[in-house]
Amino acid sequence: MSEARRAAELAARASYGRLVAYLAARARDVAAAEDALGDALAAALETWPRVGVPDNPDAWLLVAARRRLVDRARHGSVEASAAATLRLAAETAEVTASRESIFPDERLELLFVCVHPAIDEAARTPLMLQAVLGLDAARIASAFLVAPAAMSQRLVRVKAKIRDAGIGFEIPGPEALPERLHAVLEAIYAAYGTGWEDVAGADPRRRGLAEEAIWLGRLVVALLPDEPEAGGLLALMLCCEARRSARRDASGAYVPLSGQDVARWSRPMTSARAWPRPPRWPRRAAPVPASTRSTRCRRTRWPRTSPTGR
Amino acid sequence: MIYTILIYETQDEFGARTDAKRKDAYWGAYHAYTVALREAGVMVGGHGLQPAAVATTVRQRDGKRQVQDGPYAEAKEQLGGYYVIDVPDLDKALEWAARCPAASTGAVEVRPNLSM
Repeated sequence: MSEARRAAELAARASYGRLVAYLAARARDVAAAEDALGDALAAALETWPRVGVPDNPDAWLLVAARRRLVDRARHGSVEASAAATLRLAAETAEVTASRESIFPDERLELLFVCVHPAIDEAARTPLMLQAVLGLDAARIASAFLVAPAAMSQRLVRVKAKIRDAGIGFEIPGPEALPERLHAVLEAIYAAYGTGWEDVAGADPRRRGLAEEAIWLGRLVVALLPDEPEAGGLLALMLCCEARRSARRDASGAYVPLSGQDVARWSRPMTSARAWPRPPRWPRRAAPVPASTRSTRCRRTRWPRTSPTGR
Repeated sequence: MIYTILIYETQDEFGARTDAKRKDAYWGAYHAYTVALREAGVMVGGHGLQPAAVATTVRQRDGKRQVQDGPYAEAKEQLGGYYVIDVPDLDKALEWAARCPAASTGAVEVRPNLSM
């Protein structure tokens, strides 16, 4: 049982966003995709202990979730068009035939849907955290200091809008891309910001969103490797994150940047890249690596002062 | 999907319809827009509406009919007409809506139609 649960949880964590994106793009319905995937995960926990964990857990979950979607569409509980249902049914057959085939990664399309200009701005970051990472409404609500019921309602409302207004799961064309990408990055940065203002001993669930934001930042960089803005945002978040443990002294008091103990900065996180042109986000991150370099020089000059810390 | 493009015009734009100096430009723009919609094969239908001053609002309350002179809501911009278009998704509908002459002067609202 525990092995099956672990496998299901692992598959869910690694592939949640990919599975939701793939299903939602076809049903054009984020809520229906999430529900179907939730059912599939529940079915996995029930089935896998009996028959063993399948070779390709993702494909298993995808097929199970699709079946749910098609069933629901047939029973009219999902307002998917007949065409979408047929498309799903046809593709189910195709994936079943080739179990090991990798299904396309459409998380980028999903990210762009989450920040579509027709979506309420206040709902974009929560929607992204839920649809791509699978965070529950209660956790998102606590990070944004909103009542869980209000957050659930907001998420339900935007997902209904995506479905009913017919927002397409597409990567915007070149003329719209910069603005839309900026919206994606803003939403990720907003998630990072919720974790930034924490004080020592504050709600650990809020601190968690910084890591989730960095994860999303890495995802966008992986999906759009040639976009300097995306790389810049990731650099900014990593530079801030590297200083996290140095921002408070032992008593929890705030330590300004100039007074921080650089030995407590995380080295791997401060290694930044060079950018072909100076875009918006990297400019905000730039001062940090610069000060990293200067402090490194100082440390090489007086190496004996560092072993004891500050 | 079927979307309705609702055209909200200012009093000034309504005036342009009959103003000797401006009416050619006004109707020319709508004519060109309608032709573009037709040629793209997305036009389902639509109508222009007479100004809000000609509107009459009706409510049926407790079995009694209440008739009122004027539009449903007093606002700076009033419904001046609508187009019904058939396009794949919201972004295409928004693209067409942005090309509507009223988008530059008043406002254009895009609503997905209910499928019946």
